Amino acid sequence: MTNGGMNKTVRISDDALALACGADAVAAAFEAAGCTVERVSSWGMHWLEPLAEIDGQGFGPLEPQDVAAVLAGTSDKGIGPIAEHPFIASQQRFTFARAGKTRPLSLDDYAAHGGWAGLARARELGPEGTIAQVMESGLRGRGGAGFPAAIKWTTVAKAPATPKYIVCNADEGDSGTFADRMVMEGDPFMLIEGMAIAAHAVGAAKGYVYIRSEYPHAIAKMQAAALAARPHIAPFEVEVRVGAGAYVCGEETSLLNSLEGKRGEVRAKPPLPALEGLFGKPTVVNNVLTLAAVPWILAHGGAAYADVGFGRSKGTMPIQIAGNVKYGGLYEIGFGITLGELVEVVGGGTASGRPVRAVQVGGPLGAYHPPADFHLPFDYESFAAADGLIGHAGLTVFDDSVDMSAQARFAMQFCAAESCGKCTPCRLGSTRGVEVLDRIRARSGRAADAVEALPQIHNARKAARTLDDEIALLEDLCETMKFGSLCALGGFTPYPVLSALRHFPEDFGATTPATEAAE
Amino acid sequence: MTDPAELDRILAAHATREGSLLPILHDVQAAFGHVSEAAERAIAQALNLSRAEVHGVVSFYHDFRVAPEPRPVVKLCRAESCQARGVEALAARLPADGPVKVETVYCLGLCSVGPNAMVGDTLHARLTPEKLGALVGGLA
Repeated sequence: MTNGGMNKTVRISDDALALACGADAVAAAFEAAGCTVERVSSWGMHWLEPLAEIDGQGFGPLEPQDVAAVLAGTSDKGIGPIAEHPFIASQQRFTFARAGKTRPLSLDDYAAHGGWAGLARARELGPEGTIAQVMESGLRGRGGAGFPAAIKWTTVAKAPATPKYIVCNADEGDSGTFADRMVMEGDPFMLIEGMAIAAHAVGAAKGYVYIRSEYPHAIAKMQAAALAARPHIAPFEVEVRVGAGAYVCGEETSLLNSLEGKRGEVRAKPPLPALEGLFGKPTVVNNVLTLAAVPWILAHGGAAYADVGFGRSKGTMPIQIAGNVKYGGLYEIGFGITLGELVEVVGGGTASGRPVRAVQVGGPLGAYHPPADFHLPFDYESFAAADGLIGHAGLTVFDDSVDMSAQARFAMQFCAAESCGKCTPCRLGSTRGVEVLDRIRARSGRAADAVEALPQIHNARKAARTLDDEIALLEDLCETMKFGSLCALGGFTPYPVLSALRHFPEDFGATTPATEAAE
Repeated sequence: MTDPAELDRILAAHATREGSLLPILHDVQAAFGHVSEAAERAIAQALNLSRAEVHGVVSFYHDFRVAPEPRPVVKLCRAESCQARGVEALAARLPADGPVKVETVYCLGLCSVGPNAMVGDTLHARLTPEKLGALVGGLA
């Protein structure tokens, strides 16, 4: 092995994704070659992980046997200066400004890169001044609902009851999303600072971060960070709580029940969590990305944040490009970039090299969009107008080998598996949806069953159902779920189902255009 | 078996926490591999709940087991992003009753480098038939 590694500092991520791709073995190989290895956050260029940075130059994806060539200067895995890579250079990184640059649990690194400036500013401004900055920024809830953060904070601040709580929703269960995980693993002090600012603004003394159990690395980092940050945020305290594998706990009222030690069943609203939340007390429930955006907003001013963005969607969104895509990763940019740019230009099309057929935007409850929707600007209102949603801003790309009726069936199956059971449209509708989709996929149609045929069941249909009848039944069921469910799990499952049916009717054997398309 | 002394130690450690049931259940499962009926009774007693309430929580969450799993567990992600990257073709080749228990998990947050799996706290990305086969003791 060459001794060219002497005195060289190599920076490699210790983010869960880098670890899953073998970063520890690569780091060990650099150390064995005499290098000093610094474990930093991930740049978010996932196809290049494990990515090593030496004097600003990037090399990836590396395996241990590549280390000698990298140090000898003969590696063909160099990508040039990382910061000038088009994937990085074309972003507007506010929340992920430190990504790739700092050691996640180093308070020194955090302070040296602008950490705690937002909290210091908030303390100068006072609670009302702090909320005014967030109001001016136009920050909307990044968990998916897009509710203005400052309005929620104002409600909690004005609530008479005490104590008040800050709850960070880190139950990032949507497939195609990983930005919350990257914040917690790469820049945990930023999230804690955001929570401390929120606490200062509304008068809360205690904060909880509710992290899904599938994220053990994020849990460990957040626990360490909450302990280390204590002197900076006192008297406010942050405690990490761990979920237990229930997707529905990403819904805020279900999350609150889970935090209280109950089944993660959804609560009816009202009362709003802002007034009667955790243990019945006024509670700010915000997503990781919402709270993580706050330190930047306070440090740079709400107006600077609102300068970026599109329409009523202000600021930046950390977009997660995933699935069958060539250049997957974390892409933070102001709202307004088109879906096509994200998939075809930034993402480079599919990893398989086949044409893109569908992109699911916003996780398991988001719509499937065909390439015909690639003109859509990425913002809350544009996607809502196209019968979709941006949700937590995850994009899952599929190539032309996908069977969209299978994806629709999966959406119903997922809802059935994860339904909390509280409301009927979700609990039963999802199972009935799987059954209807199975019949549609089998192109079978069906005769009235034994119970339906009974004369006593006089409302039941007696005639056999054709395939078109089954499709109409599915649409009807989706309508019931959409308008009758208590929360977004049952209420939004129709998005992937109906969008698949509407945009890809050929996969359902439809002989007439889906009715939604005719509206 | 659920050791009563260890159970008491866990309950005491969480005595002053608000909403302590989930942290307790996590610790019990970590210590004993499952949440036994005896553990449910002791937890219910300590928290002034009925056993039905405790069991209702245990059975609600996918993570908690009511019986020990003797085999090693591999959690294979079968959510949309891993589907888009071919996990179903891998899953179709899983042995029906192999030496390893394969559980489905919906999303490990590594959606750009799937298919993915987790064994304990160790993550595995970019799974090929060879890599998954090594984790589960061979594919069909």
